[in-house]
Amino acid sequence: MMKFRRRIFLGLAIALGLSASASAQMTINGAGATFPYPIYSKWFDEYAKVDPSARFNYQSIGSGGGQKQILAQTVDFGASDGPMSDENLAKAPGKLLHIPTVAGADVVAYNLPGNPALKFDADTIAGIFLGNIKKWNDPKITALNAGVSLPDKDIVVVHRSDGSGTTYIWTDYLSKISPEWKSKVGTNTSVNWPTGIGGKGNEGVAGQIKQTPGALGYVELIYAIQNKMPYADIKNSAGSFVKPTLESITAAMATAQIPDDFRFSITNAPGENAYPIAGATWLLVYQQQKDATKGKKLVEFLKWAQKEGEKMAKDLDYAPLPEDLQQRVLKRIDEIKM
Amino acid sequence: MSAVTVEEADAIHPAQARMSPPSRFADKAFYWLTLSMAFAVVLLVILIGWQLGQGSWQAIQKFGFHFVATSTWDPVAEQYGALPFIYGTAISSLIALLIAVPLSIATAAYLTELAPLWIRQPIVSLIEMLAAIPSVILGLWGIFVMIPWLRDYPFPFLQRILGWTPFFSGPIYGPCMLAGGIIVAIMVLPIITSVSREILRSVPDLQREAAYALGATRWEVTRIAVLSYARKGLFGAVILGLGRALGETMAVTMVIGNTPQIAASLFKPGYTLASVIANEFTEATTDMYLQALIEIGLVLFGVTILITLLAQLLLKTITAGAAPDRVQ
Repeated sequence: MMKFRRRIFLGLAIALGLSASASAQMTINGAGATFPYPIYSKWFDEYAKVDPSARFNYQSIGSGGGQKQILAQTVDFGASDGPMSDENLAKAPGKLLHIPTVAGADVVAYNLPGNPALKFDADTIAGIFLGNIKKWNDPKITALNAGVSLPDKDIVVVHRSDGSGTTYIWTDYLSKISPEWKSKVGTNTSVNWPTGIGGKGNEGVAGQIKQTPGALGYVELIYAIQNKMPYADIKNSAGSFVKPTLESITAAMATAQIPDDFRFSITNAPGENAYPIAGATWLLVYQQQKDATKGKKLVEFLKWAQKEGEKMAKDLDYAPLPEDLQQRVLKRIDEIKM
Repeated sequence: MSAVTVEEADAIHPAQARMSPPSRFADKAFYWLTLSMAFAVVLLVILIGWQLGQGSWQAIQKFGFHFVATSTWDPVAEQYGALPFIYGTAISSLIALLIAVPLSIATAAYLTELAPLWIRQPIVSLIEMLAAIPSVILGLWGIFVMIPWLRDYPFPFLQRILGWTPFFSGPIYGPCMLAGGIIVAIMVLPIITSVSREILRSVPDLQREAAYALGATRWEVTRIAVLSYARKGLFGAVILGLGRALGETMAVTMVIGNTPQIAASLFKPGYTLASVIANEFTEATTDMYLQALIEIGLVLFGVTILITLLAQLLLKTITAGAAPDRVQ
């Protein structure tokens, strides 16, 4: 009995000790984009081994929510799949920095008998999504895919119905390559689609493509890889057909014009090997940190993410930033003041 | 003086006299407690309406009546018209009720009037299990199982027979208004069935016995003595189901096709009020966009209240004078 009691006492002491050390820990709160959530949680996990005193709490509530919360200063950092608009940045109480972390791509996935390998160019993609190209055996598609027999069937266009960074990248690309798209539809996380049916989330779009013969839509590269869906090569602005891969996304970042505030778009990037429908994701932090100790921990983490975290990206099917962009980002992180 | 009175009282009714005068406290407390609870619900409804109105005030001022009367939903150009969503919500709920009500009431009638005792409990448990399936699971099942099947068999069949009407014309892709209505029907079926069953069970046996005594057949007994007697309560069950149908979100979103358009054909994709909120709220970055989405919530709130009121009105007319008030 005595032994038992002592054991309880020991247990209690340990529990108290643990909770005491837990309260000594610092929790850094973030919220935002869902697309990078898997790699961010991997980073937070790994970083706990580097600095056990910093604990991260990240809510993947969507880019819109991420921007709102960092503007309202209810989180220590925000996250967004698209750069913030001038209008939203103007609402910030201090200077907000965009810190790019990783990139991904949208791929054109489809469902045809035998699932042949297909190629598309800017004109055909815009034509299909504007509703001008309606049949699979349209001359514009067959001209790009000599040797593939395409059926005389309707193309069932599938797009995302939920607002998402994936749609932002997709419509950003279409706006750049098609003046008609730019004037009629434009760029946003959700738009007024001229044609097609909407699926909720990558899984909704992928499900509808898989279940509908003759369907064509866009999904994240990660999702297409992990679900073994066929996807098309796309002709880039340099005129070569490029397969969407992590390398061709990083190539797009290496050749794209990247301004100093890092609010960049890498769709339709120049460069022989650049995949044209790609986009980065960002962390949003204030240049002037309110809480000095928290700010210091956050800066340390951001640096670690650029130096070490980037190496883990490929394992999780994210494209890492190119070397010189990492150096530029690190310099910007140094400007964060406490 | 008073002592004498007590003594006198004691002499007559000893037990009663020793009791203190009955306290009204419990009665009063009970009254005020129930009253405050009832008003808390009313207050909650008012607060929800107020909050929604406040959250969407700029959008209401900017778009006014156009918001509910126009059909373009364009976040890029900041043009917001909710008509296709209102239409989609109304039509998908209507389809759901057309399918679910006959099924549910027939099931309830079978379970209370006809089914052998040993089979009742298993069927009831199965129906209740249907209610426990999460909406998102039902939606995924809709995409991967229900829609391919509907597209290959029942839809072409419907088109062969009824293709000459505008409602079943045009190409069949799978996700569409009809698929949305069917998934909602599956979701409201358990609630309408369970409530209807309880109502039919509460019909007094005297009713049935009286009808039998008059020489009625089993069908006549069920029709006249049971269903007709309970119709007010059954109507209430349908209203409960309707409430659920109007607000159903996740499963519908996954099968309805999410295209804001008003099309006569049920094979065309549609969109509902609840779906557009679920779809676009998380990534809405501009103020007006967010306001418009909150106004969609306000419209859904209004539509729900309006339809419930209309239903109450309908209930009054169809049950005028005839039905007894006891079975609710």
